Amino acid sequence: MTKLDSKIPEGPLAQKWTSYKNKAKLVNPANKKKLDIIVVGTGLAGAGAASSLGELGYNVKNFCYQDSPRRAHSVAAQGGINAAKNYKNDGDSIYRLFYDMIKGGDFRAREANVYRAAEVSNDVIDHFTAMGVPFARDYGGNLDNRSFGGVQVSRTFYAKGQTGQQCLLGTYSSLNRQINKGSVTMFPRREMLDLVLIDGKARGIIVRNLVTGEIERHSAHAVVLASGGYGTVYYLSTLAVNSNASAAWKAHRKGAFFANPSFVQIHPTSIPQLNDYQAKLTLMSESLRNDGRIWTPKEKNDKRHANDIPEEERDYYLERRYPAFGNLVPRDVASRAAKERCDAGYGVGETGLAVNLDFRDAINKQGKKAIEDKYGNLFEMYETITGINPYKEPMRIYPAGHYTMGGLWVDYELMTTIPGLFSIVESNFSDHGANRLGASSLMQASGDGYFIIPYTIGNYLADEIRTPRISTDTLEFDEAENVVKEKIEKLLAIKGTETATSFHKRLGRIMWDYCGMSRNEKGLKKAFDMVKELEKEFWSNLIVPGKGHDLNMELEKAGRVADYFELAELMITDALNRKESCGAHFREESQTPEGEAMRDDKNYMYVAAWESMGKGKLPKLHKEDLVFEEVEVKVRSYK
Amino acid sequence: MKVKLKIWRQENAKAKGSFQTYNFDEVSPEMSFLEMLDAFNTKLITEGKEPVAFDHDCREGICGSCAMYINGHPHGPVSGITTCHLSMRMFKDGETITVEPWRAKAFPVIKDLIIDRTAFDKIQLAGGFISSNVGSAPEAHSMPVIKKNADDAFDAAICIGCGACVAACKNASAMLFVSAKVSQFALLPQGKVEAKERVQKMVAKMDDLGFGNCTNTYACEAECPKEISVTNIARMNREFLCAKVS
Repeated sequence: MTKLDSKIPEGPLAQKWTSYKNKAKLVNPANKKKLDIIVVGTGLAGAGAASSLGELGYNVKNFCYQDSPRRAHSVAAQGGINAAKNYKNDGDSIYRLFYDMIKGGDFRAREANVYRAAEVSNDVIDHFTAMGVPFARDYGGNLDNRSFGGVQVSRTFYAKGQTGQQCLLGTYSSLNRQINKGSVTMFPRREMLDLVLIDGKARGIIVRNLVTGEIERHSAHAVVLASGGYGTVYYLSTLAVNSNASAAWKAHRKGAFFANPSFVQIHPTSIPQLNDYQAKLTLMSESLRNDGRIWTPKEKNDKRHANDIPEEERDYYLERRYPAFGNLVPRDVASRAAKERCDAGYGVGETGLAVNLDFRDAINKQGKKAIEDKYGNLFEMYETITGINPYKEPMRIYPAGHYTMGGLWVDYELMTTIPGLFSIVESNFSDHGANRLGASSLMQASGDGYFIIPYTIGNYLADEIRTPRISTDTLEFDEAENVVKEKIEKLLAIKGTETATSFHKRLGRIMWDYCGMSRNEKGLKKAFDMVKELEKEFWSNLIVPGKGHDLNMELEKAGRVADYFELAELMITDALNRKESCGAHFREESQTPEGEAMRDDKNYMYVAAWESMGKGKLPKLHKEDLVFEEVEVKVRSYK
Repeated sequence: MKVKLKIWRQENAKAKGSFQTYNFDEVSPEMSFLEMLDAFNTKLITEGKEPVAFDHDCREGICGSCAMYINGHPHGPVSGITTCHLSMRMFKDGETITVEPWRAKAFPVIKDLIIDRTAFDKIQLAGGFISSNVGSAPEAHSMPVIKKNADDAFDAAICIGCGACVAACKNASAMLFVSAKVSQFALLPQGKVEAKERVQKMVAKMDDLGFGNCTNTYACEAECPKEISVTNIARMNREFLCAKVS
């Protein structure tokens, strides 16, 4: 049995990363040139890793499914990026950022990893600023900050409502510099379809060229997955519609443990679903909760126009339930509270599945111009999509699938249970426990890519300097390529009547209803059977037009949906196993009389890492106990 | 509602493409334009036909993937938005909607509405960066930036790299795209060190790749979904001239 060794360095929490770096093995510049590294994904983490490893002198190959690395979905992150600069003099510190994340994650993340993420956050801001990322500034020329959910300080750096775009384009520019120098080779429009292991180590990947349909082999001394999360398992989510879990899932099938798959963040402020044709849900940044007040009518089924409902008939339910944090409670708390109001019949809009996010008071107090400066592009986007002007009436919002805290299990070095296979940010499980706080994903993505992986991968590769360039002409590559080709043939040969998208929608509905914001044993068991049944139908009635050796987007979708069935089963299995409520994982059986989530630290203070035993077989559970040396584990309260 | 779709179909880069006309009756005004195409593709697939290939991803107007020439305009007839934000309520019942890929020598068609925009990446990697290695950055507040300059840099930096400016231009010029990046860095103190070299390299690469010249028609600004201003072109011309003479 594989033993989970998180490799957390000895010593006091604040010294662990420094002491790790002091002892980590180094690779000399001449040897770096002889070492190949594959990076899958070009988001903030992937492009950051590829460019920093390129700067160091490694020979990097970077892959993305988009036509350009600049389009990875980090581009859509809106509100901001956290750092413990304490520019506001409001009592912030690295420790406080760390503590907020540990508490925000409901004490289900590893102390040492989270502390390190907070520790490198300031370097990230310095680096982005040096690269010309145009963060918002005040009239004195200094960087501005705002506050975000789950915290009481203002530590969020931002560029209007498109911070992710600006950070990603900054990272893309550093990647371009390395491509230009020849240290990074870029492979766009490629999708990773399998991982290749040689003697138990990750040594390459099989990709499909999405333009020619050609199956390609690529080898390296180490592989880094920065392939993102699996929020599109719900079909409708805030992610890009082509975002998928296949790279991480293939790695799981090849032996990488998958940790806490049921921990999925449902974001509280998305534009509600408007119709059945919808392909995605559009996020409205959490930063809006700084100035917007969330409410529903006090009367059930109140169909009056929001502006006609007088102040005393409005229920500002977050301010009522959580006076200390009010509208800035963490995402999981805000999402569940919205669901509770709507389920109880107080929802607004035609479907009743929405709540108001109202800027009336903020506009009266600060003026329209101030609000426009902060959120102008978000207000415009909202009006474009819904036809409603949020300067004049409240936005309508509802929770939507967003970020996946679960992912491949990694140790302190961000290495999975497969030697030489690293996984960073959303594709791993590491820093956010059971719930992620706003503006911490851009922070973790840049930290992992720029400031952490360059050290930890060096520690691994120092032992690989005698390994010559890996040949792709081996039995292992033959076998992996054959498996990929057979699966493509199989998908094309079904020739049924239902499209991959239609199956995806049906799968998403099951997951949203039974493994979404609220879960219970009966529902989860039912969902497991439903997913199995639907998967059977998929393999007998799918239709994929066209051929394999060509640009074929339906074939791409079909492959991703096929993997989602398997992942969905693991998510449900994990949700069933964890009989406590924690963070975003709400088990109805485990709640306080007031309806708040109730943890069970005695039985569940562990990371659930699942080992694949092969398709159709039950996965095996490994537990990594979470030990808190620094913080006192207590009930997470925002009241 | 019902629409008539006149769509450019082209099997691959080498094939000769042509317009095909289809009637599509199952349209709801609530659909986005791309959701209408999704539904239309489902219809084609179930009829045993090849769906229309088009690029798309975030569907929230920020990734720059979607790129269609609709009724004579890049990203369609509504200004200031991308194709993915077009709604069917912006079209009339019974309307004929003509859909084409971007037309530019530097953007060859890959299939149907999908084009190859790697020329844009090539221009960026010629000089669209500030050479600051990881770990070498000074404290962020060591270099204050005048708010107006920071705001103007941001307004230039919001380019999504979709290529609408090239598609809109009768000369297929990429000046708006290139000038947005040049301006962003020229406006910031961090970008000054490499400013001269940057503008010359990026402009040279742009010329190399077969983009046309700017003749000041401002069609690019009018069609840019992010409404990036042509003042950036003027700024780039100044930067370029200064770099040449100094």
